Amino acid sequence: MEFLTPPPVRRLTGARPEIVRPADSNGNGNGNGNGNGHRAPTFVGGRARVAPATIAIDRMQVEELSVDYGRKRAVSEVSLPIRQGEVLALIGPSGCGKTTLLRSLNRLTELTKTASSQGRITLDDVDIATIEPTALRRRVTMVFQQPNPFPMSVFDNVAYVLREQASRRPKKRALHGAVEEALARAGLLDEVRADLDHPALRLSGGQQQRLCIARALAANPEVLLLDEPCSALDPRSTQVIEDLIVKLREDVAVVIVTHNLQQAFRVADYVAFMYLGEMVEYASASQLFSAPREQRTKDYVSGAFG
Amino acid sequence: MTSTQAVAAPPAPRRNESSASWRLTDRLGLAFAWFLGVLFCVITAAIVLYLFVEGIRYLRPSLLVTNPSAGYSESQTGGFFDPLIDTVVIAAMSMAVAVPVGIAIAVWLSEFGRPAPLARVVESTIEMLAGTPSILLALFGTLLFEAPWLGFLSRTSGTVVFGRSFFAAAAMLSLLALPLVVSSVREGLQAIPSHVREASYAVGKTKAATTRRVLLPAARPSVLTGSMLGLGRVIGDTAIVVLLLGNTLTNDPSGSVPILSALRGTGSTLTSYVYYNAPTGDGDQPGKAYAAAFVLLLMVLALNVGVDLIGRRGRDLRWNS
Repeated sequence: MEFLTPPPVRRLTGARPEIVRPADSNGNGNGNGNGNGHRAPTFVGGRARVAPATIAIDRMQVEELSVDYGRKRAVSEVSLPIRQGEVLALIGPSGCGKTTLLRSLNRLTELTKTASSQGRITLDDVDIATIEPTALRRRVTMVFQQPNPFPMSVFDNVAYVLREQASRRPKKRALHGAVEEALARAGLLDEVRADLDHPALRLSGGQQQRLCIARALAANPEVLLLDEPCSALDPRSTQVIEDLIVKLREDVAVVIVTHNLQQAFRVADYVAFMYLGEMVEYASASQLFSAPREQRTKDYVSGAFG
Repeated sequence: MTSTQAVAAPPAPRRNESSASWRLTDRLGLAFAWFLGVLFCVITAAIVLYLFVEGIRYLRPSLLVTNPSAGYSESQTGGFFDPLIDTVVIAAMSMAVAVPVGIAIAVWLSEFGRPAPLARVVESTIEMLAGTPSILLALFGTLLFEAPWLGFLSRTSGTVVFGRSFFAAAAMLSLLALPLVVSSVREGLQAIPSHVREASYAVGKTKAATTRRVLLPAARPSVLTGSMLGLGRVIGDTAIVVLLLGNTLTNDPSGSVPILSALRGTGSTLTSYVYYNAPTGDGDQPGKAYAAAFVLLLMVLALNVGVDLIGRRGRDLRWNS
C-alpha cells in the first residue's frame, strides 16, 4: 500500500507528543518510510502520538468467543482483553467478523434471529450473559457507521439516553447540566450551544456523528464501541473524531472497528487483526504495523489483500 | 448530508437520447403510453371541470346552512347543512378508531410480528379487507348492529333493534380506512434503517421505548399520509352510509342524552345526499346533487393537497441507509 501523501499527523494541544518510530527508522519524523529492507507499510514512517495512557484497567475479557449465523461461523474462538486507557482497533477485510465481535460485546448480535454464540465475555469480571441486556447496553454503548441521530432535537437526543426508558422525565431543566457535559465530552457543545432545540438531523454529518458519540457517552459507559465511525465522513470530521477517541480512552475503554489501516494506526494502542472469523494477531499498534508476527497480517497491512 | 459540489463548469447541455433510433414497436409503445397518459388527464380534468361548472352554478351560500326537507322543487327542498356536519362527524368518528388501531397493527407487524404465522394471517386479512367492496361491509354491518346486545348503539323499539346509527356506520367505515392506515404506517416504519433502531437499543433502550420515542416520531409523515388516505376513503364512501346511517333527510336523534342521542340516531352525509338527489335517486333534485358533489370534491381535493404537502415536508430529514 503506497500512499501518495503521508497520513495526517495528529497534534493534540496540551498533549506531550511522543514520537513513535519503527526501531530502524532513521529519525525523519514525517518521512515516507524507508527503503532499507523494512517490510512495514510506508505510513509507519512517523506519527506523533500522545503518550500512552498512564493507567490501563481491564474492563472486558473475551474468552473463546464463537458466533454463528445459522450454519455460517462469523467469529471463531476469539480471546482478547479490552482495557480502559487503551484504544483497541479491530481490523481485517470485509466479512472477517470484526463487526460481529463488536456487536457481541453489548449483545446486539442477539437481535439477529439466526445468531448463536459460545464462549464467555465478562465485564468487570461478571459474565455479560447474566446481565440484563438493557442494563449491559447502558454500560457498553455503541456508535454506528452511519450517523443516526434520532428524529428529535439535539438536546433530546442526549436527554433520551438519560431518561427512564420512554419517559419524558426528568424535565429539561434538571438534565441541562448532564446533557451539556456529554456534548462537551464529544467536543460538540461549542458548536451547538445555541441550537440545542434544533432538529438533530439538520446538523452536518460530522456533527451528527459526534452527537451520536455524545449520546453514547451520556449513559456514562465503561466501554464505548465504535463501528467504523468515520467511514461516512469527510477527512476533516474524521480527524476531529479521531482526536476525540484518543482523548476519551482515559475514561472509557474504546473499541473501534475500522477498514482504514491509517486510522487504526493513528488512534489505536492495540490492534487485533481478524481474518475469516479468526483473530490472526493481537498486538500493540506499533508492533502489529511495524513487525507483524504472522505472514497474513504482514500481507494485509502492506496491502497484499483486503 | 454530504456537501460535495461540482466545481468544474457543467458541460454543454446535451439533448436526451432521441427515439428516432428506436425500433418501430418501441416507438409505437411510447406513443401509446403518451396517449394513455394524456387521455386520463383529460378524463379527470373533464370530471373536475364539469363538477366545478355545475357546482358553481347551483351552489348558494344558503344551501350550506339550511337543512334538507321534502318537496318537489328547488326552493322547497332546502340545503345540506346536516349532511355536511354529519360528514365531518362520521369521518372524525371513523378515524378516531382507524388511526390508533391501524398504527397498533402496523407497529406489531413491522416491529414484532411473532409468531410469524399469526403475522402472515393478520397481513393477508388486512389485504383482504382492503379489497372488500364496501357494500359487503355495509351488509355485514346491518346484520351485526341489529343484534340485541348491540342495541345500545342504535334506536330500539321493544326487542327490535333498528341497527342504523352513527356508531354503526362509523364502525364499518373505520374498517375501510384501516388497511390504508396500516399499510402506510408499516411502510414508513420499514423505511427506517435498522441501524437507527439498533442505536436506540445500543444505549440500553427497550423495544417499547424505541418504538414510542424514535420509530413512531420518525414515521409521523407516513402516519399522516395514511390517515389522509383513509379519511378520503371514508368521506367518499356511499354504500355503508346509505345502509347503516339510515339515510334520513335530517338528523333523527334517538334518546334524551344530549350527544349520545344524536350518535345513536340516524342522518346522512354528502355522499348519501348526492345519491338521494341524483337524477336517478328518490329525491331527484340534480341541482342540489351537483352543489353537494362540488363541496365533496373540494373536501377530497383539499385532502389530496394535504397528503402531498405532508409527504413533501418529511422528505429532507432522513438518514442514510
